[in-house]
Amino acid sequence: MSPVFTQACGQLPGALGGHVLVSACALLLAAATSLPLAALSVRSPRLRWISLAGASLIQTIPSLALLALFYPLLLLVSSAAKAVSGHGFPALGFLPALLALTLYAILPMLRNAVAGLAGVDPAVLEAADGVGMTPSQKFWRVQAHLAAPVVMAGVRNAATWTIGAATLATAVGQTSLGDYIFSGLQTESWSLVLFGCAASAALALSVDGLLALVESGLKRRDRPRIAVGLGLLAALLIGALAPAVAGSFRPKAYVIGAKNFSEQYILADLITSGLEREGARVSQKSDLGSAIAFRALAANDLDAYVDYSGTLWSNVLKRTDTPPRAELLRQLTVELKRRYGVTVLGSLGFENAYALAIRKADAQRLHVASLTDLAPHAPELSLGSDLEFLSRPEWRALSSAYGLKFRSERRFQPTFMYRAIAGHEVDAISAFSSDGRLAALDLVTLADPKGAAPSYDAVILISPHRAADARLRRALEPMVGRIDVEAMRRANLAVDRDANKLSAADAATALAKALGL
Amino acid sequence: MIRFEAVSKSFDHGASLAVKEVSFEVAKGGFTAVVGGSGSGKTTLLKMVNRLVEPTAGSITLDGQPVGEGPAPSLRRRIGYVFQGVGLFPHLTVAENIAITPELLGWERERRRARAAELLDLVRLPASFGARTPDALSGGQRQRVGLARALAAEPKVMLLDEPFGALDPVTREGLGDEYRALHERLGLTTLMITHDVQEAVLLADRIAVMHEGCLLAEGEPGALSADEADPVGALMSSPRRQAGKVAARLGAPPA
Repeated sequence: MSPVFTQACGQLPGALGGHVLVSACALLLAAATSLPLAALSVRSPRLRWISLAGASLIQTIPSLALLALFYPLLLLVSSAAKAVSGHGFPALGFLPALLALTLYAILPMLRNAVAGLAGVDPAVLEAADGVGMTPSQKFWRVQAHLAAPVVMAGVRNAATWTIGAATLATAVGQTSLGDYIFSGLQTESWSLVLFGCAASAALALSVDGLLALVESGLKRRDRPRIAVGLGLLAALLIGALAPAVAGSFRPKAYVIGAKNFSEQYILADLITSGLEREGARVSQKSDLGSAIAFRALAANDLDAYVDYSGTLWSNVLKRTDTPPRAELLRQLTVELKRRYGVTVLGSLGFENAYALAIRKADAQRLHVASLTDLAPHAPELSLGSDLEFLSRPEWRALSSAYGLKFRSERRFQPTFMYRAIAGHEVDAISAFSSDGRLAALDLVTLADPKGAAPSYDAVILISPHRAADARLRRALEPMVGRIDVEAMRRANLAVDRDANKLSAADAATALAKALGL
Repeated sequence: MIRFEAVSKSFDHGASLAVKEVSFEVAKGGFTAVVGGSGSGKTTLLKMVNRLVEPTAGSITLDGQPVGEGPAPSLRRRIGYVFQGVGLFPHLTVAENIAITPELLGWERERRRARAAELLDLVRLPASFGARTPDALSGGQRQRVGLARALAAEPKVMLLDEPFGALDPVTREGLGDEYRALHERLGLTTLMITHDVQEAVLLADRIAVMHEGCLLAEGEPGALSADEADPVGALMSSPRRQAGKVAARLGAPPA
């Protein structure tokens, strides 16, 4: 077996448990909402119209956006709850995923339940009245019974869909089978992506199969068949959740965050293994967007993660000036502590700046070495960026300082951005200066002589609650100032290259070994 | 005894009346058929007895008790109701269908089982039918089960709404005669709706004629058909005229 596969299997209990938990809760909650709503809607055409229109409207919101939108909303509610009762709740992970998936699952269930209940033969309903049933006896003994197969078909649709969509929950920090897909996409580990897809599909198909058994049992009024279907579903649920439940009796884990690129996975694994050497239990939330990661740390949903000084400077502190590297770091440390209670433990020792990069051949042909040189050629060139760069203040600063105006601008997952410049689909990219692929793809980064962009020291951040945590400091302090940019590039390339790829965890182990950690 | 007193029903807040001030009574043990065309208000009139429809004005009493007193479900459990759609519960067996009202009344399982068997016999269905589901029955068999279900809780009053309307003529005639026999044997009070005057004449003791919500006439069939110049008389004597024509066309029955 390949090491990637072995490692993927090792993470399966956790990923599957998280996936099943959030999907099952979302389906139960959606059923608890939509089935009573359907029962009421059958009696009131107005309510039927409103509820179906509402559910359809929700369905039109792209699923990833719906998941993401719940995070700021929950953060707001959580801080309000904290102000009122003194207790907040984690706004990242389970809750936003649960709510978004629930909203999505409502439409198929509601639509089928309304159709099923309304489709019962009126003669049978008249007979139910005629033999002297009360309205509730008529509903439960006759109408609900006869609608059950159609209702179940809706539940099956919702279940298949929810289990597939739950892979997106990874983006808001809920552990799911999407962990494989997101990290596989970032590190170009297609086998990992396939593993995630296959696991999620297998889960969806087994649940659908068992629900089909229940459905056919309802149709044939075959009680043993229904019992077997429900029993196996319960067994699947318990089996998937058992490792998580067993784990919850152990002391609370440290939660380490990672954004959505290879360097972040490697550093999160480095921190994780450091903590595990100290005997701590650690869980990770990866594939977080920049803004989400910092807010999650400030809200104590994460305990530590690595971010970049310039990113925090522009995006969190909203500063547009660019002081020298050491001064920026000093002010950042003071301000994050003062405003958010977040500790900047220190710089790891390398910078990962946003830098525009072009192919070396183009640089030589056009005699371009800096952004000043690039500006006159920009209108003939197309720019590829990662998903967030074009929306960030750094890009506004750079483009206005040098008057950069490209022929076109396109956004990519970082992986595909490098593919795009290598394949001549774009001419310039928003590269990361510590990325091993720069050298591997023969790209050159362009200097910023006006100092328009801030410096981007990789810094370890610690959440307010863990500020005085001795074990966390013991584990992380040895890393401060130890990682130079060459070491980081080598580690990144080991994960990103096509041949002899390492997993992020293996690259982290190799990095730790090379640095003597 | 079923007594209607100035009963009216409007489905559109008084703009029009589906039933207009109808008064008559069905004596204890009596069998009255209500005849009339579609939209004459005859079904509405019947459904007001077991409160599937609530009257807008007037009162209906059963043995002197206003039907509007007390909860509708317990009233309906005391009245047998058979309608053209039958409405057997497809998720229950024939025996469970028959015993549904006794079950709602809280009868013991053993008593329900015995009652279902007794009724299958009464409506001349084999006992083995009890375990079948309704979809395995023919139209006539379903209507027999519907009749058994209506009789299960030993009601004294039966409401029949076009009970045999969807059946073929032979089945229809047989089932009609059987019902008439049951009506006698069980001492029932029956109110039956039909658009078929011949059926009404053959089965009922008295006939009520409805037209556009109004009760045109009520009385014994012979009395109603006496005057053929009167529209009611013309309607009531139509079976006799038709029988004459049928006999003429078919000729004398073979010896």
